[in-house]
Order: sequence, then structure tokens, then C-alpha cells
Amino acid sequence: MSFLSVSRVSKSFGGAAVVDAVDLSIERGEFFALLGPSGCGKTTLLRMIGGFETPDNGTIAIDGEVMNTVPPHRRPTNMVFQNYAIFPHLNVFDNIAYGLRRLRLRKDELRARAEAMLATVRLEGLGERAAGQLSGGQRQRVALARALVREPKLLLLDEPLGALDKRLREAMQVELRAIQRKVGITFLLVTHDQEEALSLSDRVAVMGAGRILQVAAPRELYERPNCRAVADFIGDMNFFHATVRQIGDSVTVNAGLLGILALPRANLAPGIRTDDHILLAIRPEHVGFSEAGVAGEIASATFLGERSHYHVKIAGRSDPVSVSGIAPTHGTVHLVFPPDHLIGLPNA
Amino acid sequence: MKNRGLLLYALAYLAFLYMPVLVLPVFSFNNSEFIAFPLSGFTTRWYAGLAADSAMLHALGNSLKVGAATALASTLLGLLAAKAVTRNRLRGAGLALGFISLPLFIPDIVLGLSLLLLLGAVGLPLSLAAVVLGHLLVCVPFALTVLIARFEGFDPNLEEASADLGEDGWMTFWRITFPLMLPGIAASLLLTFITSFDEFLVAYFLSGTEATLPVYIWGQLRFPERLPVVLALGAIILTVSVALVICAELLRNRGVARPRVGA
Ligand SMILES: Nc1ncnc2c1ncn2[C@@H]1O[C@H](COP(=O)(O)OP(=O)(O)OP(=O)(O)O)[C@@H](O)[C@H]1O
Ligand SMILES: [Mg+2]
Repeated sequence: MSFLSVSRVSKSFGGAAVVDAVDLSIERGEFFALLGPSGCGKTTLLRMIGGFETPDNGTIAIDGEVMNTVPPHRRPTNMVFQNYAIFPHLNVFDNIAYGLRRLRLRKDELRARAEAMLATVRLEGLGERAAGQLSGGQRQRVALARALVREPKLLLLDEPLGALDKRLREAMQVELRAIQRKVGITFLLVTHDQEEALSLSDRVAVMGAGRILQVAAPRELYERPNCRAVADFIGDMNFFHATVRQIGDSVTVNAGLLGILALPRANLAPGIRTDDHILLAIRPEHVGFSEAGVAGEIASATFLGERSHYHVKIAGRSDPVSVSGIAPTHGTVHLVFPPDHLIGLPNA
Repeated sequence: MKNRGLLLYALAYLAFLYMPVLVLPVFSFNNSEFIAFPLSGFTTRWYAGLAADSAMLHALGNSLKVGAATALASTLLGLLAAKAVTRNRLRGAGLALGFISLPLFIPDIVLGLSLLLLLGAVGLPLSLAAVVLGHLLVCVPFALTVLIARFEGFDPNLEEASADLGEDGWMTFWRITFPLMLPGIAASLLLTFITSFDEFLVAYFLSGTEATLPVYIWGQLRFPERLPVVLALGAIILTVSVALVICAELLRNRGVARPRVGA
């Protein structure tokens, strides 16, 4: 059994299913991200794992122990709240030492542990600072330190970087990863920022409307999304309608505008059969410019440094094709769609 | 000019509002037994007379006792009710709040009379304890209003964070809820104390032989020669009441810094 095991967990508020039969397995020491658009139930799922909401159905087990009826103060988890929830009447040191009181440590031991944690999150010397006088980044660090100092088995982070500006967020991402490696605690990070999820985590679960859509390592998620929602949510993607002709060692599809193509079998999402109507998906950077191919007209070009981003209108299709590469800024071009990079997804 | 007219109106209104109140302290320093203009010199003898009035001091003691008991009990009840309605998604919370606040809109004379009849019917003696019970009806809604506002300005994640960090409900209350609610609790104590201390009708019906201060004052009005002393007492009560209400308002508005997200 995995370290954290969530099985068939559901929760509804006022009749609306917010978390719907979710299964999730996380291994010890993993940095795991839960990625999904706003309102898809990420916080609710995290709160059930932390003990702040009770699942209507299903079980949550940590390290082999079923947690459903264990109150938050007895769970081996700690949480970094979406708004940090720094205690406003305590200074930085007392915020961080808050959860150590219960552990009945000797006074000098308590002090040493809190000071060490201040150093880990690089807040040395700020122990006496009042909670109200902290910057956003400092509040975030206090919230992290306060949770980590108890050495939980599992740390739950609810969009911990969401409130920070871009530069600070990027700096904190690097630090968060470094801290996780250092302390070796399992991290479950909730975010709606796909870049954050992909760059930080060992594995990512993509959530949509209360369900888990796909769980995979970042590269696989990017290269082999298993449905349109995941492909849409992560990065930019072009879609073409197609019909499956034959499934053998390779897959033959009739892709209309793109002609008859043969894809590697591995590029087809599971559950697709012959004659199914499917979507072919391809990333902008995999679409190529060439001498021959599907003719199109450049509708817009955005210069992005190393390469540019183009919208190319092709005949018989209303959405322009997104292409990332190097080409003239206007005029007629020819596009090629390498079958190795075309992914077949259910047309749902 | 329109603004000028408005200013005059406002001044006239304030005069109308506060003139009668100011008459009290003015005549309490007037060196005459008769309450009439022109004033006839400054004296503090009415105030000196108060200190020697043992019946008055006894009534004052009663009022302090009733006020303190009412303040503590109504604030405690208010705290529990306010926590329940703001922290749990309770069914019918709105209705319950409405019922709790209803006594505010029942005329005091009706309330006093009903309580008098009720006590008689169940055979309980008139006493200061009965006055406290009557005052609770009036004071709990005040406490509740102050405390609910305080709970609403206070992030429930703070209590959850405390639980997350290993503290049970009781310790969370003492380490987080209570210190953050303290200004609200103090404001509630002051407001309910002063409401009880100044209350007359319910106390008049229920106090029996143990007069509270307002009831004692009412009794003294039968003796014209006592009037200046009563005015002196009234002036003191007025000053203390205003001071307490100002303190309560200051406390009430001292915000819990809501957690700033970002910035
Ligand atoms: N206590 C509650 N009572 C009623 N509805 C709730 C409650 N908590 C959450 N919801 C609803 O459940 C849905 C999911 O909420 P949740 O907070 O889990 O989303 P989220 O994925 O964390 O979103 P965000 O990225 O905006 O934080 C929302 O529609 C929300 O309104
Ligand atoms: Mg959320």
C-alpha cells in the first residue's frame, strides 16, 4: 500500500459533488502536485487529507493507518494554508514554535529546533518580528517553517506561492524543492499553475471538476496527455478531428485536412477502437515549417526571442494552427505534422 | 448657503440632544436646594453628601454586583452562541438569532411585568438574582452583536492552523480564539455591564427590598430636599457610563489584523 492512499473519496456541499470518487496514491518522499483550475476541488481534497473536512465516502490512509475519523490535531500531517493563517498576535518565533509546545521538549531543545527551522527557511534574526510586519514572501516562509518544524510525515501545501509576485514565486519554487530534498518529507502541493506543478514535482495529478483526470510524471503529462482537458490545461495544443481506420503495430487514421497518417501505437490513448472518432493533438513546437505540406497563411507572429509564435490559417479550418518556430513574419507557409508527435485522444 | 443651513440645523439638534443632559451636572454644582435659574454659586457639598449616604452606597453595591454578574454571564453565553453561529454551518441559525434578539424590541415595562408574574407563578422570591436573570434577556443580544462581529472579522483558518499544529479544541480556544477575541470580550463586558447598571424598569419590578442604584434614585425623588444629591449621583453615573461606552467602542473597533495575502 502506498504511503498516502486516497480511495474512492467523495465530498459534496449542498448536493453538488465537489470531490468525486477520487483515487490517489503517493509514495514516501515524493514531491507530488495536484494541479487543476480554480474551483475544481483541490482545496477540499487537501482539507480532507488534513482532517478539516470529513469525506462523504471513501477512505484516506496515511502510512497504513486509516485517517477518516482522526481529528486534525492527531494526524501526522501539517498544512500550509492558502492564505498562510499566520497567528497575528504572535511573533515569528512563537508562530514557528507554536506546534512544538505539545511535544513537551526541554526549553533549550525547543529553542534549538525553532531556530534551526528559522535558518532553513532563511529567516534568521527575524524571530522577534511581529506577524503583522512581514512581507508576503516572509509570511509564506513562516507558514512553511511552522508546519515543517513538527516533522510531519506528510506536508500539505495549498497554493503556497499563489499570493507572491512572479519573481518571488520563481525564487521560492527553487527553495521549496531544495527544502523538500533536505528534509525528505513527502510534499503534496496544490496549485493551479501548470509551470509550477511541472517544474517542481516528481509526479502530477491533474484534476478537473472534482475528478482526477491523469496522474503522471511531468514529462509524460506534457507529451502524452490522456484526454482533451489535460492537453488543454497543460501548455498550448492544436487539435484535429480524425477517424481511426486500423489499429495494428501502428495506427492508421484519416485526419481529413492532414490526410491519412500512421501513428505509433503508443501515441493512442487507451480505450480507443477502430472506427472511433478521435482528436489528434500536437504541440506548437512540434509542428514544422517545410517546403511541402499543408499550405497556410500566417495570421499573426509574436517574437519571443529564440523562436517566434505564429498563428497560421489553413483552408477548411476555422481555428488557426499554433506554431512555434522560425519562419518569415507573413505570407504563405507549408506546415508538416510529424506523426511521432501526434497523439490520439478520445473525442469527448 | 445650503451648507450653512445644514450646520445650524446640526448645532440646534445637538443642543436639543445634550442640553437636558448637561443640566444635570450644572445643577449638581449649584449652591441651592432649588433647581431653578439663576444659578447661585458653586459647591461640592452635594457630592460630599453622597459619600455619607449609606443607603445609597448599599444600592450602589447592589448595582455593581448585578452589573458584574450580568456582564460575565451574558458575555459567556454570547461567546458560545457567537462561536456556534459563525463557526458551524448551523441550520436555523438566523431564526435562533432573531429569537435571541427579540427582547430588545419588547418594551421594558412589558418585560418587567411578565417576569414579575412569572416569578410569582413559579414561587421564586424577588431578589437581585431575579434582576440578573431579567437583565440577561436584555444584555445577551448586545453581547452577541459585539461578539459575532468580532468572530466574523477573524479568519477561521487560524483555529484550523492551531488544530493542524497539534492543539485540541480547548487549547486552541486558549491560545488563539481567546487572545484574538479579547478586545471583543472586553467591549461586551463593558457594554453589558453599563446596560445592566443603568437599567431601571426590570430592576424596579424584580429587585424586591434590595434596591439597585436607579431604583434607589427613583425612591429619592419623593423628597424634594434630596434632589440636588440625586443630581450629583446622576452626574457621576452619566460620566462613568459615557466613559465606559467610549472604552467599549474603542475596543470594539480595534481590529484583528486580517491576514494580508501577499503584499
Ligand atoms: N464549505 C463549503 N461550503 C460550500 N461549498 C464549498 C465549501 N468549500 C468549497 N466549496 C465549493 O466547492 C468548490 C471547490 O472548492 P475548492 O476550494 O476545493 O476549489 P479549489 O480547487 O481549491 O479552487 P481554488 O484554486 O480557487 O482555490 C467550489 O465551487 C466551492 O464554492
Ligand atoms: Mg483552493
